[in-house]
Amino acid sequence: MARRYDSSTTTFSPEGRLHQVEYAIEAINNAGTCVGILAGDNGIVLAAERKTVSKLLAPSKTSEKTYKLDDATSCVVAGLTADANILINQARLAAQRYLYQYQEAMPVEQLVQRVCNMKQAYTQFGGLRPFGVAFLFAGWDAHHGFQLYQSDPSGNYGGWKATAIGANNQAGKSLLKNDYAENMSMEDALQLAVKVLTKTMDSTAPSADKMELTTIQRVNDKVVYKVLDDAEVTRVLKLVESQKSTEGDV
Amino acid sequence: MDSLFGVAGDGFVVLAADAQVARSILLYQNDLDKIKELDSHKMMALAGPQADCNLFGEYIQKNMALYELNNDLRLSTKAAANYIRRELATALRKGPYQVNMLMGGVDAGAAALYWLDYLGTLQPVKYGAQGYGAAFTLSLLDRSYRVGMAEADAVELVRSCIAALHKRFLIAQPNFVIKVVDKDGIRVLK
Repeated sequence: MARRYDSSTTTFSPEGRLHQVEYAIEAINNAGTCVGILAGDNGIVLAAERKTVSKLLAPSKTSEKTYKLDDATSCVVAGLTADANILINQARLAAQRYLYQYQEAMPVEQLVQRVCNMKQAYTQFGGLRPFGVAFLFAGWDAHHGFQLYQSDPSGNYGGWKATAIGANNQAGKSLLKNDYAENMSMEDALQLAVKVLTKTMDSTAPSADKMELTTIQRVNDKVVYKVLDDAEVTRVLKLVESQKSTEGDV
Repeated sequence: MDSLFGVAGDGFVVLAADAQVARSILLYQNDLDKIKELDSHKMMALAGPQADCNLFGEYIQKNMALYELNNDLRLSTKAAANYIRRELATALRKGPYQVNMLMGGVDAGAAALYWLDYLGTLQPVKYGAQGYGAAFTLSLLDRSYRVGMAEADAVELVRSCIAALHKRFLIAQPNFVIKVVDKDGIRVLK
């Protein structure tokens, strides 16, 4: 009768668990990996693995996992992109409404909270399944500077210096734990992000079209959001590969 | 019938408001503080019927406190001014609050003063006045305001505005409350 508690999202099992929510979290652990690295006051790097399904599929023109939410905040998605689109629409709307009301950008954590409140609601109110999405949010605000947050389908979120979600995130996190340095440069953070991705992807030939790299920085008191093009991704990838090949040498 | 003035300088704002409550030919009170403190570094002087001033002033005060509890952050002076403006604009087509205001605050060392009226006008100003008093004192403020003037000079300027009212204005407003906000918070001068 354990299955009794599987179908409804809003019923606790006798062990006190919400199975549907746990399955949703589990589903994300098979999704393409996303990495976020907070490089102190220098900025934030977001990296995402692009899973190419078929050779025949036309690749998306810009990005398929990275979304800009407002001028100073963006996110990467692990899980069901269709579910993510709903949340991203809501987040964009909330950010613009805040801007309209206060004539100031929405603080990053408040935007994250809005998304997470919506995710939580779907784990409590009946009849619907939870969002099968985890996010990494990266943004800047005047209150707390650069911030990196992670959220899961249950609606939990937390602030991180560096983290990974999606497939093999455990391996990714342990590599981040080893190699992360406070106030690292953006170039170092980029390389570390790619290094983590190449490890979690366990692909023999990682290439630029299999990953998306974005950076958030402050230039002349403005937040600049940049999606790295193929040439730049290839450059970082080559650097990381050459380091890897010399790593074993003494 | 109320008189409000405000002067903003580098890192401080001075607000002054008369203390009279009167209606028709009756004087009810002559020691009312019309400058509401929104948080430790923001204050707002309100002119209009006392009921509207109290109701609207407290509504804004409580909502700013609620924002702080919800978000562990404080609204900046600019954000708060825009929030207040929007509340007035929304109320305008329902049941308008008959309040005109001067709102000032200091965040991260930067001072800002805003002029608002019940129609939902919001204007950042260096100095401003509301009520009948404005007709007597705007010229004084215009002549004597200096960019980068010291806090003591700004207070003196406000006092000269009060003196001008005492000399020329038909309606007696013997008592004024003057408040100053700077990086250390709000203090009452008189």
